[in-house]
Amino acid sequence: MRFVDEFREPELISKTADEIRRLAGTERHYRMMEVCGGHTHAIYRFGLKDILPENIELIHGPGCPVCVLPMGRIDDGLAIAHEPDVIFAAFGDMMRVPGTQGSPLEHKARGMDVRIVYSPADALKLARLNPEKHVMFFAIGFETTAPSTALTIMRARSEGIHNFSVFCNHVTIIPAIRAILDSPDMRLDAFIGPGHVSTVIGCRPYEWIAHNERKPIVVSGFEPLDMLQSIVMLLRQLNAGEAKVENQYKRVVPWEGNRAALKAMAEVFELRPYFEWRGLGFISQSALRINDKYAEFDTEQRFEVPGIRVTDPKAAQCGEVLKGVLKPHQCKLFGRECTPEHPIGALMVSSEGSCAAYYNYEHRKAAMVTLSLAG
Amino acid sequence: MCLAIPGQIIEVKEIGGLRSARVQFGGIVRQVCLDFVPEAAAGDYVMVHVGFAITKVDRLEAERTFRALQEMEGLEDELASSSSESH
Ligand code: SF4
Repeated sequence: MRFVDEFREPELISKTADEIRRLAGTERHYRMMEVCGGHTHAIYRFGLKDILPENIELIHGPGCPVCVLPMGRIDDGLAIAHEPDVIFAAFGDMMRVPGTQGSPLEHKARGMDVRIVYSPADALKLARLNPEKHVMFFAIGFETTAPSTALTIMRARSEGIHNFSVFCNHVTIIPAIRAILDSPDMRLDAFIGPGHVSTVIGCRPYEWIAHNERKPIVVSGFEPLDMLQSIVMLLRQLNAGEAKVENQYKRVVPWEGNRAALKAMAEVFELRPYFEWRGLGFISQSALRINDKYAEFDTEQRFEVPGIRVTDPKAAQCGEVLKGVLKPHQCKLFGRECTPEHPIGALMVSSEGSCAAYYNYEHRKAAMVTLSLAG
Repeated sequence: MCLAIPGQIIEVKEIGGLRSARVQFGGIVRQVCLDFVPEAAAGDYVMVHVGFAITKVDRLEAERTFRALQEMEGLEDELASSSSESH
């Protein structure tokens, strides 16, 4: 087993798709939200939409950390990086994300010291190698990523490194799901639960969705067969009138999560009273900040943060798309003013954002059809 | 962004008191931190995200999931064991 190829076997894919069609029948309409941006990406990448029957509607959720980051936070981070002798370190995903004065990459072209790191540990390494500079790590991500940032901060402290800090933008997934369920125009039948976030938080935090909201949720892997199997599991529950938390991704997700990772997060972070999500607005207790014990490593406590707020243009309908009220192409700006090259709204920013995923794959498909018709 | 990829541990080492491993992904080998998976050893598969192993891949569960897919009819009992009620 290599844990990848097996879950892409074409014959099994078509067999599972048959089972989905059988279970879905024709009478009922099913609305399922995949919470995680990685799932959104996989749905388009593997063309899963094309093999699902029409009465299964997939709604793309808020689980893309790059997309939900308010532009003001990028501006804040870049403003701090303008101070003398500061190195701005971030994941590659962040590099093309526009702030009001351009993306980190564009700032680099104008002379800012911007470094792409693969891991928070690499940012700490930069601090070790550049003792005369201050390295600011621009941290983003859900609970999948936050423990690694926490451990890196703990390491910085135990090594006595003083020229390193983290601009913390870590967010937590459960409050975002709650915000979506609380919104009055939301109608959802079930959830495809995030896979890798759940390796850390486990499956228990989803139980209220099943018990209180009466919605089934299946924590799912990212290969085509994982996702199709999860849809089978959701259909079985829905058809039987059940609402349970199930774990399709047992090979990777332990029911209780990862204790060591949760412990590192609890050691370094505390919940912010509220945090702004691009496209969703302010959500209470939905993000992490560095606690007082580790204040020395908190960019927001070490530097003057301007606290810039940027509102998206009125015509941007990201909120409606996020809640599944509109499909990406139904937004008035889609494909015209707003494209992956010039994103206006949050969901066009990363390839995991639903508008960008839709644009890249559906557009390419349309272009291919036109070509083959012309040929 | 939250994607983690499976790789196989080739060798475990202590570096500065921390458990670290060389992990093979296809043709590429990378140094990975093992602090979150203290039980992982050489030969194990781990899921790696931003340079940190966040969980061990359970080979038995992987095979079970795959078998369930192959025997779609048998799926029912298989799934019963993964529901919240049984935990
Ligand atoms: S097309 Fe752009 S503005 Fe419209 S919803 Fe998508 S990301 Fe937002």
